Amino acid sequence: MPVDESNRSAKIAGRGVSIAYGSRRIVEDLDLVVPERRFTALVGPNGSGKSTILRTFAGLMRATGGSILLDGRSIATLGAREMARRVGVLLQGPVAPEGLTVRDLVQQGRYPHRSLFGRWSEADQAACEEAMMLTGTTTLADTPLDTLSGGQRQRAWIAMTLAQQSEVLLLDEPTTFLDLAHQIELMNLITVLVRDHRKTVVAVLHDLNQAARYAEHVVLLKDGRIAAAGHPSDVISQDTIADVFGVRSMVIRDPVAGTPLCVPL
Amino acid sequence: MIRPYGMNTARRMANDGGRPLGLLLLFCLLVAAVLWSLASGARHIPLATVWHAVVGFDGSREHLLVMLIRLPRVLAAVLAGSALAVSGVIMQVVTNNPLASPGLLGINAGAAFAVVLVMTLFGTGTGDVYMWYAFGGAGAAALLVHGMGSFGPSGHSTIGLVIAGAIVATFLTALTSAILIFDQNTLDAVRLWTAGSVTGRTMAQNAAVAPYILTGLAAGLFLGRHLVTLSLGAEAARSLGQNQAVWRSVSIAVVILLAGSAVSLAGPIGFVGLVVPHIVRLTIGADYRWVLPFSAVGGALLVVVADLAGRMIFGSQDFPVGVTTALIGAPFFLWLARSRAGGGS
Repeated sequence: MPVDESNRSAKIAGRGVSIAYGSRRIVEDLDLVVPERRFTALVGPNGSGKSTILRTFAGLMRATGGSILLDGRSIATLGAREMARRVGVLLQGPVAPEGLTVRDLVQQGRYPHRSLFGRWSEADQAACEEAMMLTGTTTLADTPLDTLSGGQRQRAWIAMTLAQQSEVLLLDEPTTFLDLAHQIELMNLITVLVRDHRKTVVAVLHDLNQAARYAEHVVLLKDGRIAAAGHPSDVISQDTIADVFGVRSMVIRDPVAGTPLCVPL
Repeated sequence: MIRPYGMNTARRMANDGGRPLGLLLLFCLLVAAVLWSLASGARHIPLATVWHAVVGFDGSREHLLVMLIRLPRVLAAVLAGSALAVSGVIMQVVTNNPLASPGLLGINAGAAFAVVLVMTLFGTGTGDVYMWYAFGGAGAAALLVHGMGSFGPSGHSTIGLVIAGAIVATFLTALTSAILIFDQNTLDAVRLWTAGSVTGRTMAQNAAVAPYILTGLAAGLFLGRHLVTLSLGAEAARSLGQNQAVWRSVSIAVVILLAGSAVSLAGPIGFVGLVVPHIVRLTIGADYRWVLPFSAVGGALLVVVADLAGRMIFGSQDFPVGVTTALIGAPFFLWLARSRAGGGS
């Protein structure tokens, strides 16, 4: 059943957002709403501006125009620490220094919660242990990151982001470089985070069918504009796929989940 | 299959919380090296006599030798070694470049140039007054490198910084050499000092520099947690809410304080700031809360041992420790790096 997202309050809302690299305009006058406590997927072809939009929403890039509201307040007025306590970010292909252990990395997630001379608290410890438990990295705690597989390393970085205990998680292509089993594992983790931990998750995804299967809100992007946004079953159709990706396809019902499934012709 | 030494140790130490024990062990090694250094020389002095000279000075020839020559010398080695190693750690994180060290980024050369310039212009005097010039020279060189490194389209690239550092270091070292060629008096006074030397240091010089180095070391240890965050890369650090402009500036200030003090005390001893942080990371991992104290003790140990070895092997009390740090440090570092790389990690 499609859920009407218009009743749900916006956790993050971009209003007339423009983003540019130097003189090159990537996004112009974008209005994008991220519904609260939902899994939103940003999907689009290469160069559609999806990662740029995510990074701007994370405060890592400055919008050249418009405003981005977090719980109704412009993120430009939030300090870096305040922002980090409310929004966690998983970057694309992050590299940790050699020899850093999983535990060392996860503890970094507490950075925005600690004062200048603050001691490591029980709350810090509990947050890290929960983050490692959720991501299944508890047994890897003392292992150096550079000796882990790609999937394990990705989970360690997600654990760091979870240790931030932010209400919002922004994930930039979290499934890229992961094999199928780890991709499914990650999607299930996101589902649990949204359902049981009341998180608002936004992820840039490459795989349209993955977005259709797991996300509750899909934003299809093309050339820095929103081509369609809404529940997957409302948004994913032969016409929108042809428009956004330039691919002729047939959209059928996923025999397992009942979600739309795109089969290219 | 033979497990590489470095990896083995890194795992084991991280696993059983052996880091405090390792640090204690390293500290004991340092104490042993210091005692050995106090006892040995042209004339061997028993440890008991060394101890009596410190706690109950009686003005005898042996006590004078310990208190006026050997103790100041070994203290200078400890102070300079720990200061250079810790400033090397911080430089490598701040520039995100494993080859960074106060030597490579022109900071040592800047301090040395300033000291030599002042000696030439105003004559040679006692050591402690040069400290402020060394700070000034170190700071000016750091600013110059920073400014030059930010040219170019990409802003602060690490490559840009390293190239700028190499240019500034080479240029300032050449200027220093040029001054010394024309000024025989200054050359005689600083010949050993420019190679990095702890010969003939006085207690007064140590006492003048020690507060700055101890302040710098304390600040450096406090930086540990923030350095781990910085070392994750600019974007990740920002997403964790770190104010990078502040922490980078604080870090550079600590480096200038430490490297400037060390150079004014013992000259630009090379290699310590580069090699000690690497050896420590290869052994205990990249948690800078531990890398910093290990490097402080390890740097002191390297310089004390290098000074001792220089005296014993070359039989000269004047042999500059800056030469022996490289002679000892380079082969050890190569061996460690090879044994680590051989593990295919």
